[in-house]
Amino acid sequence: MRPVWKENPSPGYQAIKALILGGFALVIVVPILVVISTSLASDKDIIDAGGYVLWPSHPTVKAYQTLFSGGLMGRAILVSVFVTIVGTAIALAVTIALAYATSRPVLFGRPVLLMVLFTLLFAPGIIPMFLVVKQLGLLDSLWSLILPGALGAFNFVVLRTFFMNVPGELLESARIDGASDFTILRRIIMPLSKAVIAVVGLFYAVGFWNAFFNALLYLNDTSKWPVQVILRTYVLQGKSLSADQLGVHPPPQPQSLQMAVVVVALVPIAMVYPFLQRHFTKGVITGAVKG
Amino acid sequence: MLKRTSSVARVKNGLPLKAKWRRDWQMVLLMIPGVVFLLVFFYLPVIGNVVAFQDFQPYLGIMHSEWNGLQNFVNLYANPDFWDALRNTLLLAAVQLLLFFPVPIGLALIVDSLVSNRFRRWFQTIAYLPHFLSWVLVVTLFQQSLGGAGFINNLLRQAGLDPIPFMTNPDTFPLLVVAQLIWKDAGWAMIIFLAALTTVDVSLYEAAAADGAGRWRRLWHITLPALRTVIVLLLILRIGDILSVGFEQFILQRDSVGPGAAEVLDTFTYYAGVVGGDWSSGAAAGLAKVVVGALLLWGANSLAHRLGEPGIFQRRS
Repeated sequence: MRPVWKENPSPGYQAIKALILGGFALVIVVPILVVISTSLASDKDIIDAGGYVLWPSHPTVKAYQTLFSGGLMGRAILVSVFVTIVGTAIALAVTIALAYATSRPVLFGRPVLLMVLFTLLFAPGIIPMFLVVKQLGLLDSLWSLILPGALGAFNFVVLRTFFMNVPGELLESARIDGASDFTILRRIIMPLSKAVIAVVGLFYAVGFWNAFFNALLYLNDTSKWPVQVILRTYVLQGKSLSADQLGVHPPPQPQSLQMAVVVVALVPIAMVYPFLQRHFTKGVITGAVKG
Repeated sequence: MLKRTSSVARVKNGLPLKAKWRRDWQMVLLMIPGVVFLLVFFYLPVIGNVVAFQDFQPYLGIMHSEWNGLQNFVNLYANPDFWDALRNTLLLAAVQLLLFFPVPIGLALIVDSLVSNRFRRWFQTIAYLPHFLSWVLVVTLFQQSLGGAGFINNLLRQAGLDPIPFMTNPDTFPLLVVAQLIWKDAGWAMIIFLAALTTVDVSLYEAAAADGAGRWRRLWHITLPALRTVIVLLLILRIGDILSVGFEQFILQRDSVGPGAAEVLDTFTYYAGVVGGDWSSGAAAGLAKVVVGALLLWGANSLAHRLGEPGIFQRRS
C-alpha cells in the first residue's frame, strides 16, 4: 500500500528504478543461464552458436556423463562433499559449545570471549599458518581443509547473540529440576535455536564448499583436489580435460564440458540457497550484527 | 542453589575459585575444543610471525633458525616488487572504497523506495545469490562472459568488431576488480542498509511531507542521517580490511593480467614465501600488512569518535 504522504509515482522515476534494478538482476542472471545452457547443449548447438548457447535446441547430458565417467571429477566431488560435511559438523559442534559456554557469566567466560573476538581484528598471516599446518603433519591431508576453518568468529557471534537472548529464568528452572549444563544445552538451548543453527551450519557448509586457497596452499597431491581447484585448473586456466582423464572417446565439445564443471560447482549452492534466503531475510543475521 | 544472574554479581564474584569450578566445570569443558582451536590455529601462528625476524630455514625450524633482526624488512625496503605490491594494494583498495562502497547504499535506497513487495522480494532473491558463489566461480563466469573467447567478445567478432581485452588489460584491471566485487557482493552488502532503513520512524517522513518536503529533501534530511551510523561503521571495517583486498580474486587473475597490476601484499607473501621459498621475506611482508592494517583501523575509529559516532570499539565511560 502506498502511504498517503508519498507522491504519486512519476513514470520517469519508475522507469529509472526499473532500469537500474532490472539491469543489475539481468547482469547476474544471464551469465549463469548461459553457462547452464551451454553445458546442456549438443555439439551442433555449440558450433552453430559459435561457442555459447543461450538456449540449447538439442539438450543433452553428454557433457555430464563424460565428466562423471572419468575418475577426475567424481573424486573431486567426493573430496568436496567429505570436506563440506565433516567440516560443517565439526565446526558446528565447536562453535555451538563455545558460544553457549560464553553466553552466560561463568568461570573463564570473559577471557575466552575476548580471545575469540580478538581474532576478528586480523588474520595471523599466510606463512605462519602454513608452518603450523606443516608442523602438525597436515600437509596433503584433507584435514588441512577442515581444521583451520573449524571456528568462524562471525558465526560464533551470531550464535552467541542468539543464545544470550534465551531467557535466564528458563535455564534457572531447568537447573532447579536438576538439569546439568550439558542437558540444558542439548534439551533447551539447541531445540530453541534450530533455525539459527541451521543457518550458521549452511554458512559453514557454503564456506567449506567454496574454499579454494587452502587447497592450493596445503595440497600438492592432485588426487585430493576439491571441485574449486578443478574448476580453476581446467576451466579458468584452460588446461584441457584430456580424453584419458575422462575415459570417453571421442569427448564432447570442450566448451560444454567446461561449463558442466562450472555447473557442478554451482549446483550445491543453488540447492541450499532458497533455504538460506528464507532465513536470513527474517533478520537472523542482521539482528546479530546490530547486537 | 547458586544463582547466575547479574543482580547478584557481587555474591558471585565473592565465590572462591573452587566453588566456581564446582558450579561451572561443564561450561569450562564445553569451551575446551574452541580454545584449543584458537590456540593452535590463531595464537600459535600469530606467534609464528617471529620468522619475520629470522633467517628461517625449513629444515632447521623456528627454534634453530638464526635471528637476523630487521634484516628482512631492510630487504623488503630495497625490493621493488614489494613496493609494486604495496602500491597495487593501496590503489585497488582506494578504487574499491570509492566505487564499490556507494553502490549497495544506492541499491538499498532504491529497493526501500519500492512500493511493490513482490518486485522487492524478487530483486533481493537474485541480488543476494552471488555472495554465496566462490571467487573461482565468479572469476570463471567473468572470464566466460568477458574473456577473449567469452560470449561478449564472440558477439563483437560476429558483428565484425575487434574484441576488447577486458580480462587481460592491466590498465583497466582495477575497474574489472571492482566490477567483480559489485557483481558478487553489492546485493549482499545492501542487507544491512535495508535493515537500518526499516528502523526509520515513518512519522518523520509523514511530517516532512506535510511540511512540503519533496522526495529528495526527505532523502537528504531524514534517510541519509538515519543511515549515518551504519555507514560510518561499515566504512571503518572496510578501511581496517583494506589491505586484505580480495586475496583469492587476485591470485586467480595474477597469471592472466600479470603481477605488475595484480600483485598485492597477500599474493606477494604467497609467491615470495610459499612458492619462492623465501619464508622470512614473505612473513615480513605479511606482518607489515597486519601492522599497517591495524593502524588504519585504529585511525579510522578515532576519527569516527572525533566526529561523534560510536565507531566499532565503543569507548568505555
